[in-house]
Amino acid sequence: MNAPVRPLAIGLLALAFSAIVLGRAQAGGGHYFPPVADPLVREECGSCHLAFAPSMLPARSWARLLADLQNHFGDDASVDAATAARIGDYLAANAADSGGRRYGEKLLRGVGAASSPLRITELPKWVKEHREIRNTEWRRREIGSRANCTACHRDAERGYYDD
Amino acid sequence: MNRKKTLCALAAMLALSLSSAATAAAHAELLAHHAAAAKAANPAFAGFSVERGRLLHTRSFAGGKPETPACTSCHGNDPRAAGRTPSGKNIDPLAISVSPARYTDPAKVDKWFRRNCIEVLGRECSALEKGDWLSYVISQ
Repeated sequence: MNAPVRPLAIGLLALAFSAIVLGRAQAGGGHYFPPVADPLVREECGSCHLAFAPSMLPARSWARLLADLQNHFGDDASVDAATAARIGDYLAANAADSGGRRYGEKLLRGVGAASSPLRITELPKWVKEHREIRNTEWRRREIGSRANCTACHRDAERGYYDD
Repeated sequence: MNRKKTLCALAAMLALSLSSAATAAAHAELLAHHAAAAKAANPAFAGFSVERGRLLHTRSFAGGKPETPACTSCHGNDPRAAGRTPSGKNIDPLAISVSPARYTDPAKVDKWFRRNCIEVLGRECSALEKGDWLSYVISQ
């Protein structure tokens, strides 16, 4: 009896390797934030800026944002009541402390339960992850704003922020 | 085989011309809606002007936000080229020759007129201004 040990071992090794990679991918590796899947939310929240992933803020923050769309970081982003309600439901269901917990939990580190931050770029974890980027970098014309994730994270639209 | 190809090409052309006819109809309807409003505001209204629309588009205003004095602040000087929002998102070109799907949803057109006029002019635009501007971008 001469079992094909080597091919079998290689096969098993490959399987184990892909299982680890898959596991990491599913866990998000900490830098995956599923993009907005709802077309209405993508349209309304993604015309002026990247439609930020709901798992980047807790539900209470999204509720606060939606309550004052008329003064949305200096812009009037108001929508009709029915649209606002649908956007609100989607964001609440997928927020960093609800449906999107496995992706957004780490990003919420250091955010008190009583605070509802409005800017993703002011979350302690966000600040820490971007601490090496100088102010002169941020002011470059192609970047323009800290909210311009895609300027550096080429795959941000698809939810990947590894680079 | 060749006949099949020709039929396919014909069907594609038909579909394309039907959809551009639908788009043209939507644009005509939108302009008619604004023309009625302009007429209601001013009985002497004598039609929209592409040239007035172009001037409105390129002019600077003092009443709105200082960062966005003109439509061109975000949309850029060339209506056939893409614009850019302050947070870096691309804006599809305004000219319908490049963005044929634009101005077919009246609610969407209303929404952006309201937001952008307030931002640039510091007030809502009049029906005359909206019609002039639409005539301009539809002509491009």
